[in-house]
Amino acid sequence: MKKSYFSLLVLFIATLASCSNDKKLPIFGEREAKIIKGADGIDRIDTVYQTIPNFSFLNQDSTVLTQDAFKGKIYVADFFFTSCTTICPTMHRNLKTVYDDYKTNPDVMFLSHTIDFKYDKPSVLKKYAEKLGVDVAKWQFVYGSKDQVYPLAEKSYLVAVGEDNQSPDGYMHQGWLILIDKQKRMRGAYDGTKAEQVEQLKKDILILLAEEK
Amino acid sequence: MRKNIILAIFLTVISAIIYACQNASEIELSTYISNGKDIYRANCQNCHGENGEGLGELAPPLTDSVFLEKNKSKLACYIKNGTDQPMTINGKTYQGKMPAFPKLQTIDIAQVTVYITNAFGNKQGMYKYEQVAKDLQECK
Ligand code: HEC
Repeated sequence: MKKSYFSLLVLFIATLASCSNDKKLPIFGEREAKIIKGADGIDRIDTVYQTIPNFSFLNQDSTVLTQDAFKGKIYVADFFFTSCTTICPTMHRNLKTVYDDYKTNPDVMFLSHTIDFKYDKPSVLKKYAEKLGVDVAKWQFVYGSKDQVYPLAEKSYLVAVGEDNQSPDGYMHQGWLILIDKQKRMRGAYDGTKAEQVEQLKKDILILLAEEK
Repeated sequence: MRKNIILAIFLTVISAIIYACQNASEIELSTYISNGKDIYRANCQNCHGENGEGLGELAPPLTDSVFLEKNKSKLACYIKNGTDQPMTINGKTYQGKMPAFPKLQTIDIAQVTVYITNAFGNKQGMYKYEQVAKDLQECK
């Protein structure tokens, strides 16, 4: 009698565990089927997912930052500008709580792109990072020309950005926080102005880390 | 005897009036605070935080009661026109850029000011619309 209860319990726990093991984040963006020749010489059909293309920006220390900095890491990317008076302070207040949670985990990084190519030069980004209290290698703030940053935002990270004469700040953009995996694929998008979505991001980072072990 | 009754009635009436007045001003204060809270949430909370804690060194906290008391007559100007002068809050110097809020009407400014000066550990009571209108004329 007792034994059967015990095995039931084991079964129950095993079911739970298998559920959480199965949990995977979706993969965003376009995909295409490609025929790939295997090592055994046999053709196989494989799915190729959209990835973040290589980039080269100046960071807050005026050094060149490329994807090499994110090799073997997952990261959270966003688009903002330092003189933004509306959603950016909230986005970065929330993103900082994510940063605080994963501060000691070397596999997690943060990448904030400015969309203010006129004013947000590296020295301005440096001051901003210091004032936010995150002037560290783990959280990179990058500057690039409009031609570099805007298409990357819209085509690769799927975040709308633009100049906007109607807005008092001069720019408009969406407040998404984008989760990128170790293979440079987009795995999640969270509204950085909403506390509950940011909590979801924190949980999803854990899932992604477990998946990519 | 009669005198006493008259006196008692008189005292009752006076205290009723005082009580009613107090109530009216308390009601006015709490209306200001609750409207001010909505204005704060919509316009100020992104930078100054849900609990007035500020945002790193990007935006100062609203918890320095001494600063708020001393600069009471300037707060309306800060809100209406923005500010970028260095200021010392809780012993720390901040220099940032607070945006102007030209959209906010004088009554809105009065209400949000009353809210911040009575929340986050501050308790400075009423700051009337009429006074805000006066203070706004003194903006530099
Ligand atoms: C974009 C961010 C931002 C927003 C939005 C904002 N502030 Fe500020 N606020 C600042 C900064 C930065 C300073 C410091 C300005 C300086 O250095 O001169 C400041 C200073 C202040 C101060 C005086 C200093 C202190 O901490 O007591 C008050 C009061 C204040 N703000 C109230 C408000 C109110 C009320 C609103 C909403 C109507 C608001 N702020 C909206 C950024 C902001």
